Amino acid sequence: MLKKIDKRTKNNFITYAMIIIVFMVVQILLASQSVSSLMQGLLVPLCVYVILAVSLNFTVGILGELSLGHAGFMCVGAFSSAFFSMCTKDVITLGGLRFFLALIVGALSAALFGVLIGIPVLRLKGDYLAIVTLAFGEIIKNIVNTLFIGKDSAGFHFSLKDSISMNMEPGGEVLVNGPQGITGTPQNSTFTIGVILVLITVFIILNMIHSRDGRAIMAIRDNRIAAESVGIDITKYKLMAFSISAGLAGAAGVLYAHNLTTLNASPKNFGYNMSIMILVFVVLGGIGNIRGSVIAAVILTLLPELLRGLSDYRMLVYSIVLIVMMLFNWAPKVREWRERHMPKNLLKRKQTARGDK
Amino acid sequence: MALLDVKNLGISFGGLQAVNAFDIQIEKGELYGLIGPNGAGKTTVFNLLTGVYKPNEGIVKLDGSDITGKSTIDISKAGAARTFQNIRLFKELSVRDNVKVGLHNQYHYNTVEGIFRLPRYRKVEKAINERAMEILKVFELEGTASVLAANLPYGKQRKLEIARALATSPKLLLLDEPAAGMNPNETKELMDMIQFVRDKFDMTVLLIEHDMKLVSGICEKLTVLNFGEVLAQGVTSEVLNNPQVITAYLGE
Repeated sequence: MLKKIDKRTKNNFITYAMIIIVFMVVQILLASQSVSSLMQGLLVPLCVYVILAVSLNFTVGILGELSLGHAGFMCVGAFSSAFFSMCTKDVITLGGLRFFLALIVGALSAALFGVLIGIPVLRLKGDYLAIVTLAFGEIIKNIVNTLFIGKDSAGFHFSLKDSISMNMEPGGEVLVNGPQGITGTPQNSTFTIGVILVLITVFIILNMIHSRDGRAIMAIRDNRIAAESVGIDITKYKLMAFSISAGLAGAAGVLYAHNLTTLNASPKNFGYNMSIMILVFVVLGGIGNIRGSVIAAVILTLLPELLRGLSDYRMLVYSIVLIVMMLFNWAPKVREWRERHMPKNLLKRKQTARGDK
Repeated sequence: MALLDVKNLGISFGGLQAVNAFDIQIEKGELYGLIGPNGAGKTTVFNLLTGVYKPNEGIVKLDGSDITGKSTIDISKAGAARTFQNIRLFKELSVRDNVKVGLHNQYHYNTVEGIFRLPRYRKVEKAINERAMEILKVFELEGTASVLAANLPYGKQRKLEIARALATSPKLLLLDEPAAGMNPNETKELMDMIQFVRDKFDMTVLLIEHDMKLVSGICEKLTVLNFGEVLAQGVTSEVLNNPQVITAYLGE
């Protein structure tokens, strides 16, 4: 029994160590100035994608529901936190504190949306759930695109039409300007903060999985009827998993928003393409495999940039890598081969051969 | 007073009266059998008792409290646990975790304590582990505690399902065809185990079964269902010799 727990802890430890080692290597490379400015610009988005992949894996792999609206929750987190930062820019001058508060605002509002959307959506199953979450993701993005919020001496003004119909006093400041989004968000996101957030995300998810709540959630995934028969509240745990996943996506959105001077909701950053891309990370990393999500997100984000030298051929290579990763993770024959050639299993085989099981 | 007291239970699906005027009284510690030809409504009775279906009429009392029409979760908390005709395990969880899920409502700590591994998490989790291993030991499954439930052989999967049901520390255990698909040896072993569980946990058991050897071997009382109605009820040997029962099973 002790051995089992040790193995788990060890596994989790490897994941944390891996992230920290990569972080240190990048820091050394940055210090020695051997990272191109293009790559430097990719570091924070990299953390954003890793957080998104890990949090989506919680919904897809642990809760077992296919959600295609993950970018929508990221959008909620990004806009609510950017709005918060814009409002408090003059009040809270301490960048770190403001970012921390913005992070909480972003994550909580995304989690709240997770609950609100989860209540109707989680009644559905499989493909239907996927389609409806896809729709909700798009709805969030489109609503944000028509949202105008301004501030003057009389307080806040809202409109869903245009900035003029807010009837602001002259000199009022437009905070959220519809399709043009939020301009002038303080840029507080750094690679270090990003990695810390990645570690926190992984910590929350891994510990959650190995707790009473996590077991209940996985029980629902494996057999809903049986879970109900042993007295597990299905709705409660489904909503819990969905909103935690949404909240963490919101945190990724906060990181994303505070990395840009202009934040607007385009199909490229918060559309379904983004949701699908995150799902690709999850599927390729292995559904339910948290460490796999981290690795897949990093490799697949860096790959297009690393292959830039190949110009036209890079998407070709990218797709080949996708196929190879998929085979490596999912093809039964390859999995069998991989299991057999894992170092610890080699050892076990030798021991069995010697007869001391 | 009977532990399970069911009066005039009935449900219809559309025009079909699946169960009609079903009565049953089970005393504490009894091993009770529910038999009948295919489609007689046995599993429907189980689903009514555990809240999967809501009855159209009748009253179900478990240990004195009325559980008629309550949700599955409330009935589980009230003390009825069941297994399924087609095995329903948490396949991607380990054998131990399957039992731990069964212990869900008896050991508590909140989400935050779980995420941050606070002292209460460690203490409760340790207790859960010990209890789970204790239960697994009764079913001689402790050696496979770390194996995924899906990888267990069929007979052990059946056992694990009973172990999981017992983990909820029920007053009444409902077994839906526990011997289905088992060979004679496994069935014999299962019979011993059911009796052992009844004695050790002081459990009341209601089981559906087709295997007459098992039924006549361990059940003290029987109810025979046919076309959703009670055909005969009483002490096992008498019921099995009832001409009506023989007709229902073997035809005229």
